[in-house]
Amino acid sequence: MVKSFSVLVLLLGIGAMFAALLLGYVPDSELNQTARYYADKTASETGAANIVAAIVVTYRGLDTLGEVTVLFLSAAIVGLVLASGHQQGKMRHAQPPSGELLVIGVRLLVPLILLLGVYVFINGHLTPGGGFQGGAILASAMLLLLLGDPLRTFSHKLIAIVESISGLVFVGMGILGIFYAGGFLDNRVLPLGTLGEVFSAGAIPIIYSFVGLKVGAEFSSMLANLSGTEEL
Amino acid sequence: MAYIAMATGFILILIGLFGALTNRNILRMIVAFTVADTGVNMVIVAIGYMHGRTAPILDVAVSAAEAAARIIDPVPQALVLTAIVIGVGVTALMLAYTYKLYEKKRTLDIAQFTELKW
Repeated sequence: MVKSFSVLVLLLGIGAMFAALLLGYVPDSELNQTARYYADKTASETGAANIVAAIVVTYRGLDTLGEVTVLFLSAAIVGLVLASGHQQGKMRHAQPPSGELLVIGVRLLVPLILLLGVYVFINGHLTPGGGFQGGAILASAMLLLLLGDPLRTFSHKLIAIVESISGLVFVGMGILGIFYAGGFLDNRVLPLGTLGEVFSAGAIPIIYSFVGLKVGAEFSSMLANLSGTEEL
Repeated sequence: MAYIAMATGFILILIGLFGALTNRNILRMIVAFTVADTGVNMVIVAIGYMHGRTAPILDVAVSAAEAAARIIDPVPQALVLTAIVIGVGVTALMLAYTYKLYEKKRTLDIAQFTELKW
């Protein structure tokens, strides 16, 4: 009783702070200085049509590298925590077969979902989308495969190879930027091209595609590890 | 519009905190945390919204020259893009640890885990 009362008091306090924030909020009518810089300079400096992609991959590319590293770490820790202590490949309970509808649906949808994921990250510098979104779509295809056949196992080796190569390409493109352009992760190592074409914006499509593969591989390995746990 | 989104975000944060503080089951706490996470993301995106402007993508409708007057703030969107992905990673970690805890104690009731209690 005391406990739920104190929780309510705490939430009322936080709610009051939120209300004050909300009531005192005045929307900007002009972009602030940082946003204005990005809006004015993105097209000429990076050649990317999607300003968010330009910020994520080039202007704040180092943060994205850190983010991908955090994601890799969490995928690795999920694998470590779940794998230690029990044998891989033990006999798991036989389960009733998935329904006809699900099996056929998986066969039909998985290639389409993979195609959509690849489309989303290849066009990341032109349209709303990019590596993280595309990678999540790729992983959702893996999730669908797992739903269709819960006993399916993915090749951890393949996932590891895709992930390492994508990470290496990301860092490698960044280092090329030091030598051939303005600095680490500068996208002008490749020609900027015409604004709005697929082959434009220098290294952004390449980096974003490999980020997409990496994110897809990491999410898939998390899914594979979580689905590989035995029922307790 | 921005006010509605922002108020919804704040309410989601409060719902998430309420759920995390009152539920005893670890899985329910994780769900509550993801709700609060979504609320934070909504608030950040709502701050970047500006009335009468369009998405920060240059094309025939928004040329590079007039971008500064036509687009909304792209920085919060880039920020939330990061936050969503990290949120997924954190959720997966929480679930993995929960599995381990259940394996040890055969219960998900947080009151049974007294090792760090004083």
